[in-house]
Amino acid sequence: MTRRVLTPTLLHVILALGAVTMILPFLWMLSTSLKPEAQIFRFPPVWVPSEWMWSNYSRAMEAAPFGRYFLNTIIFSVAVTLSNLLFCSMAAYAFARLHFRGRNLLFILVLGTMMIPGQVTMVPVFVMLKHWPLVGGNDWLGAGGHGLLNNYVGLVLPGAVGAFGIFLLRQFFMTLPRELEDAARIDGCSEVGIYWRIILPLSKPALATLGIFTFTAAWNEFLWPLLITSKDSMRTLQLGVQVFQTQYTTSWDLLMAATVLITLPVLLLFLAGQRYFTRGIALSGMKG
Amino acid sequence: MEPRVSGVQTREERTAYLFLTPGLALFLLFVLIPVIAAFYLSFCRYDIIHSPTWIGLRNYSRIGQDLQTHGVFYLSLRNTAQYAIGTIPLGMVLALALALLLNAGLRGVTLYRTTYYLPVVTSLVAVSLVWMWIYDPSYGLLNHLLMKLSGGRISPQSWLGDPGQAMPAIIAMSIWRGLGYNMVIYLAGLQGIPDHLYEAAVLDGASPWQRFRAITWPLLKPTTAFIFVISTIGASQVFAQVYVMTNGGPNNATTTIVHQIFQNAFSFMKMGYASAMAFVLFGLILALSLINLRLLRGGEVEYV
Repeated sequence: MTRRVLTPTLLHVILALGAVTMILPFLWMLSTSLKPEAQIFRFPPVWVPSEWMWSNYSRAMEAAPFGRYFLNTIIFSVAVTLSNLLFCSMAAYAFARLHFRGRNLLFILVLGTMMIPGQVTMVPVFVMLKHWPLVGGNDWLGAGGHGLLNNYVGLVLPGAVGAFGIFLLRQFFMTLPRELEDAARIDGCSEVGIYWRIILPLSKPALATLGIFTFTAAWNEFLWPLLITSKDSMRTLQLGVQVFQTQYTTSWDLLMAATVLITLPVLLLFLAGQRYFTRGIALSGMKG
Repeated sequence: MEPRVSGVQTREERTAYLFLTPGLALFLLFVLIPVIAAFYLSFCRYDIIHSPTWIGLRNYSRIGQDLQTHGVFYLSLRNTAQYAIGTIPLGMVLALALALLLNAGLRGVTLYRTTYYLPVVTSLVAVSLVWMWIYDPSYGLLNHLLMKLSGGRISPQSWLGDPGQAMPAIIAMSIWRGLGYNMVIYLAGLQGIPDHLYEAAVLDGASPWQRFRAITWPLLKPTTAFIFVISTIGASQVFAQVYVMTNGGPNNATTTIVHQIFQNAFSFMKMGYASAMAFVLFGLILALSLINLRLLRGGEVEYV
């Protein structure tokens, strides 16, 4: 119903030009990853490789322990996602449905933590993990070893719950009709039963949204694994590729092959679960 | 609310605290206590090996000195401001323009939306690496395209290697990456505007520009405010692309606040000084958010 000044054709031309700008770096990455080395350093550049060098991928995989990085990233992302789904939904259920003293104050406090930039807490959390008692060679005072550094628990725990997730799920839980719960309560169902058997199954779309957001964010996370892991065997993909880059500065074919490999899983996840991304923005973006 | 005897916990309350315990315990351990600890550390000298020693306000006065003498922290503040000014207004205008085009009822909207959103889900490390290659001074795609489009009049630039061009290059990449996110939020905002307002305006003979001025823009104000606040907070914390693409160089031309915090804490082991910087950043974000909300709160419009 809006603006007729621009013809549909012109609109498509503008949008398509923009879309090409968006897609071009991805094509360039893919093209470079499949080129023979001699074609990388060619000016003007060539887009289509003269020979498709699929071996760049296996060479990249051999140049660094990407299999291990991949496993670490999966463990980290899955653990962060599952713990967020569980802990955020539990807290959100209490905030959305249960009456208790200090509810509003606690909720405002939780939301308030979103204002604190991670860089403020970064140093003390690092120190705390390093001096975690009785793990990683530490004594009961937390001295002597490396604690939870270079450890999956240390990697996951500080991000195991998030204010944003609690907020998102609480908003969704509030929209659910109360009739089912009231009926279950009359039938003698416990609060835990209501949460587990009624609220969670009804909230699958919201949980999927939070899950897919958390997973993507964890997969792409850079700063936190950079601080917590120093051992090669504990590195995640983002870190591994960055270290790879500092070692193989000019091997753009291998570097781009590695970049394709770390990007592909989230791109596929996004293409498969697109509607959840859009819904998440609609749920979180507007009015509180 | 049912009346309740004070001091006595109801079954519901006990359940509530049970449900809240894991989440709140994690917040306590990894947010609340660390914030207090960081505040304490900002008054200490601390290198992680020796225990912290209290030095009063010396970290903060060092920051003050740095600002006066235009030291590295001053540069990082200036660069961060440059990044924010470079990315936010242009990024928002482009996102709004795209959202308006996509909202015009064309076919293939989903395909465009997907394409524009691709960089958003790609990690900053990955996009930074690709753009480093695009910006490559000798064999990069950008120099080639510029030469071709200008008919050879633009000579190859060194981009990330040039102190004057490195930050603009990072800004351009960051706009490219964030565009889809802002666009999707604007699109959601646009879809919340009821059609009948436009229909009435058309009947009254309003031009497209008048319709935009009188309906779209005022009704999008909460969306614009939201994107503006989120972008400001995000820009003040810019780190990964700087770390990967330039590591703050050349000659500190791209070092940012968070990059300085990271370097001081984990490369120079000046964790007290880094904590003081982090609180300066915290104060900055708090102040900016409050100013933003103040400015953007007023004049909210509601049409029925």
